[in-house]
This record gives sequence, structure tokens and C-alpha cells, in this order.
Amino acid sequence: MTTTDPHALTGAYALHALDGREAAAFERHLAGCDACGQEVAEFTATTARLALASTVRTPPAMRDQVLRRVTTVRQTPPGAAPPQRVRRGVRRGGGPVRWALAASVAAAVAFGATAVWQYERAEDARLRAAQTQRQAEALAEVLAAPDARSRSARMAGGAGTLVVSPGRDRAVFVATGMSPPPRGKVYQLWFADGEEMRSAGLMAPGRGSQTVLMRGPVGGASDVGITVEPAGGSKQPTSEPVALLDMPA
Amino acid sequence: MKEPVFIDSRPVVQPDLQRLLHAVALGDQEAFAALYDAVAGSVLGVVRAVLRDRAQSEEVAQEVLVEVWRTAPRYRSELGTAVNWILTLAHRRAVDRVRSVEAAAARDTRAALLEHRTAYDEVSEEVESRLEREQVRRCLRTLTELQRQSVTLAYYRGLTYREVAEALALPLGTVKTRLRDGLVRLRDCLGVTA
Ligand SMILES: [Zn+2]
Repeated sequence: MTTTDPHALTGAYALHALDGREAAAFERHLAGCDACGQEVAEFTATTARLALASTVRTPPAMRDQVLRRVTTVRQTPPGAAPPQRVRRGVRRGGGPVRWALAASVAAAVAFGATAVWQYERAEDARLRAAQTQRQAEALAEVLAAPDARSRSARMAGGAGTLVVSPGRDRAVFVATGMSPPPRGKVYQLWFADGEEMRSAGLMAPGRGSQTVLMRGPVGGASDVGITVEPAGGSKQPTSEPVALLDMPA
Repeated sequence: MKEPVFIDSRPVVQPDLQRLLHAVALGDQEAFAALYDAVAGSVLGVVRAVLRDRAQSEEVAQEVLVEVWRTAPRYRSELGTAVNWILTLAHRRAVDRVRSVEAAAARDTRAALLEHRTAYDEVSEEVESRLEREQVRRCLRTLTELQRQSVTLAYYRGLTYREVAEALALPLGTVKTRLRDGLVRLRDCLGVTA
């Protein structure tokens, strides 16, 4: 079929109706043909509507299984992309960088301001290039804020420290030696705001010691709670808190 | 019941899926849970529309959702919107499965191929997906019979265009054209832009 017009294959391609060899050949054509590129994009958006129209209810067990599985599945790095893309793609939510960082920040909390400064220098050296570390920077800012206050408590076989900067309206939670949650479960952090519980993010599963920038503003929260939730977290707490910490005064 | 009125023909899709997918790419499991809640029904729906077997569909849908988690760092907006990227992947994987299964098993008869039935028995009651379904049905009716059959066999049954040609006893070139023209008509009827 080498003599046929490749432009005519947009429909079959978008419908996944070409066999492997033909699809590969068409993709080579596609790379250099804007008209086909545009048409395939439109057709793909069209077939997505067929998929949306097929929406069904999913069994609750499937959600649990998928959310549990992803806790053990390593993500593909952004991969063989141009340098600026690699830089943009550096993950701040997972991977070794964050854990190295968490460890150094935990040390900073333990050893005080000098360590924070060293941490910042370390950050300069190791992480400046990884510029998506906004979260880490916000975290460091909270810890280094002149108005930062902290409160610690024993919990889950270890200890937790809540650091709050009223000026920045953010909080950081530092866990030390907490027993990991049961398999398939995570620790979830909450801001308690009167009757309202606002999720403040998840702790990484399987780590007893870590430092977490709590998500969202502190606002009027009076307490911080930690609960054990199914992988992926919950919209509202589904279990009694393993720990409750008053906002440090 | 009256035909629903579409003020805006675009589907009701949470506008923050893009943002969620970016958060997922950064390893955010909570964002993944939210993304799951937004797309899992459509992922399972399209996989089941192709595979029909319930257990197999769930298995493939799970694979797709885990693949979304795994490959989220590779997602770029040039690949289309988040939801299109995910649903295209879901269809691709469903088609891969149906081809690998069918390669081993005997082919359905032509009569069975032509009998298309979507898994409408357990369809979502969500208002937006009901409206979406009505609109897609209405637009599929605007296709010629041959366009509709060709698109349906390829999309919902996972046939290659050669197999579609065999099933409908049509020349290959005709099927290619029918698939393309059928999608053009669907695109215009649905008001899709990309
Ligand atoms: Zn072309």
C-alpha cells in the first residue's frame, strides 16, 4: 500500500485501526505533515467523546486496588527530552531528591538555624537547577521564618513536630520515627477549623521520618490532625486521629 | 422526554484535570485519587465497550490507570488535553487486548461483528454523561450507514481497517475514506475543536 495517499489514513490512525507497521509508517508521515497533525488531534478529541459517552460506574474495589498499586509503582522519568524539558520535569513530589531534602530539613529542625542555613546552601548547590522545588523553598521559608513556632508530641511510636509561620500562613509537619501506616494506607494531615476538616495533604507511605509542607493556608485552624486513610487519601477523615496537635501559640 | 438542549456542545469535564495530571506527574497521590475519580468511569466505559467482558475490562482499565500514574511525567500538553490523552490510551490498550485475544481465538462471524452493542446496562447516571451519550448517539445518526458501520467496527470492536473492509466486503480505499469522512462528520456534529 506504499502508493496510497498517506493523508487518507488520519481517520484509521485516530481509531487505532492501523496495524503496528502501518501505524509506525503513518507516524513518520505525521511528524512532518501539519495538516494531518491537526486532523489527528481533532479526531482524537472526537473519539475521546465516544469514550466519555461510554462512561460507566466503577466498582469501589477497583479504586482501592488502583490507589494501592500506585503506591508501589515507580513513575517514568520525563525521559529522553531536551535539557530544558528535563529541568522542567524534575519532580518535587516524589523521588530521591525529595527524600534527601526531607532528611536534611529534618536535621535542620533538630539542629536549629545554622542547619537551616546549611540546608539552604545545600539546596543552592544541589537543587537550584531543579527549579521546581518551590514546595521545598516554601517549606524552608516556613522553617526559617522569624515568627515560626513549633509544638511536638509523641505519636505512632515516634514523634511529630508541627511548625507554623503565622506570617506566611503555612505549616510544616516533621515526622520522626513514626511507625509506617499499614500496607495500602497512608497518613493524611488535616487542618481542623472549627467543625471543618481540611485535607492538608498526605505523608509519603512507608516512611517513618519525613518533612511535609502542609497543603493550603493555615487560616483559622485551631488544630492539626493526622489520620490513617486508604491509599490516595480521603476527602474527609474516615478514622479517629492518631494524633491531634494544637496550633503552637 | 424532550431532547436535551445543548448550550455548549463541549463535554462537562472538570477544568482542573490538566492541573491534576501535572500534580500526578510530580508524584502527588492525592491528586491521582482525584484524577481517578474524574476519569475512571470513562476509562472503564471505553474499555468495556471494546472488550465487553467484565472481568477483563476491569483488569485492562486498572492497567490503564496505573499506566497513567506511571507515565504522567511524560505527558505534555502537545499530546492533547489530559482527558483526551487518558481516554486515547484506554482505547489503545483495549484494542491491544482484543487483538491479542482474537489472534488466539477464532474470529467472530461477520454477523456478530455487525451486531454492535455497547455496555449500556450499567451506564453512569451522572447527568453530564447521560447528556454526552445522547449527543453522541444523535451525532452517530448523522453518519451514512457505511460511515457509521465502519467507525463503529473500528472504534467499538477494535477492528483494523483491513478487517473492517473484510467484514463489510468493501475495498480498502473505501473503508479508509469512510473512517475519515465519518470522523469529520462526528467532529463537526459534536463541535469538537483541537
Ligand atoms: Zn499528511
